Amino acid sequence: MATTLSRYADLPALIGLMTGDDKHQAATESTLDALWVLYDSVLNISPDRADDPGRDRLLLSKGHGPAAYYAVLAAKGFLSVTDLRSWATFASPLGHHPDRVLVPGAEISSGSLGHGLGLGVGTALGLRAQGRRIPRVVVLLGDGELDEGSNHEAIVTAGRLSLDNLTAVVVDNRSASLGWPHGIAHRFEVEGWKTRTVSGRDHTALHEALTGPHAQRPLAVVARATPKGRAA
Amino acid sequence: MTSPATAGPAPVAGATAAGHRGRSGSRPAVVAQDMRKAFITAVTSALDTDPRVAVVLADISADRFTTAATRHPDRVLNVGIREQLMIGLAGGLALTGMRPVVHSYAPFLIERPFEQLKLDLGHQGAGALLASVGASYDSPEMGRTHMAPGDVALLDTLPNWTVHVPGHVTEVNKLLPAALVGDDPVYLRLTTRGNTAARPVGQGLVTVRAGSPRCLGVVVAVGPMLDRVLAATSELDVTVLYTATPRPFDRAGLNAAVAAAGQADVVLVEPYLAATSAHEVTAALADRRHRQLCLGVSRDSELRAYGTPHEHDRAHGLDVDGIAAAAREFFLV
Repeated sequence: MATTLSRYADLPALIGLMTGDDKHQAATESTLDALWVLYDSVLNISPDRADDPGRDRLLLSKGHGPAAYYAVLAAKGFLSVTDLRSWATFASPLGHHPDRVLVPGAEISSGSLGHGLGLGVGTALGLRAQGRRIPRVVVLLGDGELDEGSNHEAIVTAGRLSLDNLTAVVVDNRSASLGWPHGIAHRFEVEGWKTRTVSGRDHTALHEALTGPHAQRPLAVVARATPKGRAA
Repeated sequence: MTSPATAGPAPVAGATAAGHRGRSGSRPAVVAQDMRKAFITAVTSALDTDPRVAVVLADISADRFTTAATRHPDRVLNVGIREQLMIGLAGGLALTGMRPVVHSYAPFLIERPFEQLKLDLGHQGAGALLASVGASYDSPEMGRTHMAPGDVALLDTLPNWTVHVPGHVTEVNKLLPAALVGDDPVYLRLTTRGNTAARPVGQGLVTVRAGSPRCLGVVVAVGPMLDRVLAATSELDVTVLYTATPRPFDRAGLNAAVAAAGQADVVLVEPYLAATSAHEVTAALADRRHRQLCLGVSRDSELRAYGTPHEHDRAHGLDVDGIAAAAREFFLV
């Protein structure tokens, strides 16, 4: 559908239509810029190609605080403003955690942390097995989510299998309770990933990090965000 | 996790070609089956003919897929000892249109990655064929860690699963072609211990022995329990029904068999947790007063014992004598 609220500057207004998820406010703020850059200038995806097997895919593993995600999907025409207004009501397709069966454009259902990267590895391998070399699979995670051991099963395996069609974007708002000594990128590097760490607010830096070369290796982009609990 | 990743099926203690003999009868009750071999052969063949099929392993049986992996390196995927990823990866494959075939020991396939089954398959609207070995206690010398009597009950908390529990290797070969195509979630529970003969599969409850119009009731045997049920009830006037596919449960078939019997008394004999299908019997017979007895692996306590499968059958009352005694008491004969 056509939408007039289609600019980055419109996103706060779109997010403003969704109230009542204050618990996840930090997650909403931290993911907004990375999601915008991905949908605006990195991913080859649009509403009319939502079922095209050759499309790029964004898997939102960090499924909490999805207001930014829904706002970007609305700005790009996957969702209507009406959908946003009714969010979290019984008949709405939009809840506080997204359901791929209900949300146009959502590649996965998420909410329970630590599921997106495994699904991303499988999606990347499925595309590889079908000889589809073009589509990218991008998984958006949070640093706190990396506590889940399932991510480490996926990080190791993607590195060993040289899944160069897989990208992990880790939004780091330092919410992991026990922290990640030596930085998050290190966890990916030692397993064979190409890594880049950039400011999560800098659209140019995010774009370059997401589109730069990473020959034969999966790519991890760590997007530093305002630490959870502090004012932006 | 310690598992015989490279070992073949251990010799099945107490499951010989001659089988066990009940105290009073001479009919064989447990016959060795190499269902794992049949499964691997069929899937290896399917990899050659169906480009949708992809095998996902977590080391278990990986040595038996080496030739297939050489021919189809992009579709035979061994992720090492990583069961959460095994299921998550299968979900991702399914989202791209592939048909994942996931295989491991039952506890590591169903219990350890259960949230992945719930979310990475079910909640995504994705399916896979899961094929387990080990059953409830095929190798009790390995202890509780390798026993999964609760696998079917656990899957029963999720909607839409087809569950196959074949009792003969030929049934495995008959069930696999349909399970390997499509997009639905299917669980194939393989075992080393089954029946002397294959029975019809894929058509709901099958009448193996029909009781008289005044018979005592109906006995339902699931998969490998059939020969033991037949031996245990040989002197009772009952109808014996068989299925290798307890989900979806053939409620209409059970209702019709009970309607034709002298009494609405049902004994359910399953090779996994006792009363796993009790709610199905209840739903099937909601239109009539009925009694039911559910035999299976005991829920009352954890059996801390090694030994042989037959010894575990005896401990759970699932050998011929145990089933016979329970059935006679239930039918008041």
